Amino acid sequence: MNNSFVKWLLRIIVWAIYIALGIGIIVGIILLVRLNGPVFFVQAVLDGIRLGFVYALVALGYTMVYGIVRLINFAHGDVFMVGAFTSFFAITQYKWGFVPAILLSMIVCAFLNIVIERVAYKPLREAPRIAALITAVGVSFFLEYFTALKWVFGANFNTYIRPFEVVVWNIGGVLISNITIVIAAVAISLLLGLQYVVYRTKIGKAMRATALDKPTARLMGINVDATISLTFALGATLAGAAGVLYAIAYPQIWTFMGIMPGLKAFVAAVLGGIGNISGAFVGALLMGSIDVLVVSFVPTGSRLRDLIVFLVLIVVFLIKPAGIFGTTEIEKV
Amino acid sequence: MILPAKSPMRAKRHLPSWALTLLIALAFYVIVFFAERIGWLNPYWYQIIQLAGIMAISALGLNLIYGFNGQFSLGHIGFYAIGAYGSALITKDLAVNWSGTRIGALSWMIAGQVGILVVLFAARLLRLGPIRKRLAAGLAGYLKPYESGLIVLLVTLVLSAVAIAVGVLATWGLHTVLAAVFKLILSLPQGVARGVVFLIALLTGGTMAALVAYLVGLPLLRLSSDYFGIATLGFSVMIYTGLQNSDQVIATMKGARGMVGIPTWTTWTWVFWALLVIVLIMRHLVHSSYGRAIISIREDEIAAKTMGIDAAQSKATAFAVGGFFAGVAGGLYAHLFGFLHPSTFNFIKGFDPLIIIVFGGLGSMTGTVLASVLFALLIEGLRVLLPQGFEDWRFVIYPIILLLIMLLRPQGLLGTTEWGWLRAPLPPERDIPVPDRTTQEQEA
Repeated sequence: MNNSFVKWLLRIIVWAIYIALGIGIIVGIILLVRLNGPVFFVQAVLDGIRLGFVYALVALGYTMVYGIVRLINFAHGDVFMVGAFTSFFAITQYKWGFVPAILLSMIVCAFLNIVIERVAYKPLREAPRIAALITAVGVSFFLEYFTALKWVFGANFNTYIRPFEVVVWNIGGVLISNITIVIAAVAISLLLGLQYVVYRTKIGKAMRATALDKPTARLMGINVDATISLTFALGATLAGAAGVLYAIAYPQIWTFMGIMPGLKAFVAAVLGGIGNISGAFVGALLMGSIDVLVVSFVPTGSRLRDLIVFLVLIVVFLIKPAGIFGTTEIEKV
Repeated sequence: MILPAKSPMRAKRHLPSWALTLLIALAFYVIVFFAERIGWLNPYWYQIIQLAGIMAISALGLNLIYGFNGQFSLGHIGFYAIGAYGSALITKDLAVNWSGTRIGALSWMIAGQVGILVVLFAARLLRLGPIRKRLAAGLAGYLKPYESGLIVLLVTLVLSAVAIAVGVLATWGLHTVLAAVFKLILSLPQGVARGVVFLIALLTGGTMAALVAYLVGLPLLRLSSDYFGIATLGFSVMIYTGLQNSDQVIATMKGARGMVGIPTWTTWTWVFWALLVIVLIMRHLVHSSYGRAIISIREDEIAAKTMGIDAAQSKATAFAVGGFFAGVAGGLYAHLFGFLHPSTFNFIKGFDPLIIIVFGGLGSMTGTVLASVLFALLIEGLRVLLPQGFEDWRFVIYPIILLLIMLLRPQGLLGTTEWGWLRAPLPPERDIPVPDRTTQEQEA
């Protein structure tokens, strides 16, 4: 058979597939927009990005800790919860404003995470990795159930009182509240701050060196233990802030609130390639958007959202086994 | 010259280790059995002992996957859930006749599984794998990679549709045959029919979990350690969410309200014999050539591949067998309380088997069984031991104990130590002919 003839035939087939796919996508989008209106779509994306910013702050803690000690820190979601509760008490009982409350949450979480690291993970640094993972699960249980005791936070739902008045602007039908703006502003400034710390300071350099190779970092005079503690503290700072922002956006808090956002943020970190800071950020925005879009557009989506979110994760894994921005290490023999 | 078969070390043992094990196990079985009969063991603790056995079965499955094969799975609870709901549907059908024929669920479930196997076999007969590979290689010269990928995808879809159609036909045909065969069960005396259906239900639940494990495992097991763990965690969350919405597909599963009306047929006898058989299967698997292949992958996958071990198949097999154990355990669990709720199969509960096998020691069957009992005693014992007004402290003290054990013994209670019978067997006792030096010298 003539070579160029085959080539043309294949071209035609490929184009036919492209056209079919394109028509399918266009029809799908038109149908969605017709059913719900474009305003609804923009609103959903906006809400998704708002949630994504919160996930991003939590995901960064996961990704940094994983990057430096290769530990899936299951207690991170509960640190996030402690952050929300700290600000809750500061605001309701001591009438603190938003800025001092969020700062207090960040500091409390940082100290909490340093303590957790020293007590539960540091003694196990030389043990098999699974041992530290089990203690992480243990710490997570402890934080959830200890804070659920009557004289700590209590096991009930608490209504979070927002430290500022909610103002909603209507821009062509799309509703934007000042909550969205506060979340975006805090999240972006913290992310920029983190970028600065990790890539522009000596501490950040020490962190990156420790993540790459601990023994060599130690030989270069880096205090590895202090650096690891600091990484935990930094991650917890972000988680504390995320807890406050999450509580402001969804003002119902209880001691088990950290489980699902924690898991999703973690999945976001993995989606972006774990150990990769900008990857975690992109993964989290994606995650938040998928989360809200599924709820808005899939019939019975609010009940199936977790299923679809994790399906996306598994499909991404099958195509890119180390996440979107992750690099697969090629094992050399 | 011939070296005698009975070496001094072997001669010292009076009782073969399997007999000793069987004796102790049977003694334990009899003690618990009669203790419950004469009332020493109240129903609550009787259930706890059964629960410990069920946990042991499930944890043994995870130990095969993680302890022996080294694949970090966080999705074990998903297979447990599949086994639980699968077998519950079958027995509930016999008990309350929800499908209308009393054995409809059973025949559909078995036929469906065979149907999936038929799909896989048909795909192999259609040479799906080789065709895809050759097509991709052939198109590489003409098209860009993603374009040829599209065409390969299209061909794959068409061929899979054919395979699936064959599978659906096979399922439907088999269902009619099976429904006729299983009608005979209904004519048996009621007690026997129950026993038979329960046994088949447990096995079907197990094979269903195994099939899902195999299908999920084959693509996912390519992922490296932690990524595999996260993907399986995602799988278990998907199962959990699916179960919460299960009433939209099968009304009798009741979704988030919890499935009721499952006959409570699990007894200590069922749990004990299931555990014994599963330990037996596990021992023989681990110490067979398949088992050595499975263990070698844990030690070093690349080296194992170099030795000619089909790593992908081996891992999928271990994953499927582990899933089977979890499925059987789930089936027993479903019939223990007669009530199933999705929250039992939450991913947080999924850490329980992992905690058990790490406690007991990764790669130790003895440790797993022992740790399951201790785990059940710890969790439930705290409920009894804690004074009035301190019930909330149960899950505060439990993680503290967990932490202490991990900090003090990070390698687990038993490490990799095994009880005698479960150790790798010594080579069979036989006379070993040793070449006679004098005759050799004479020949020379």
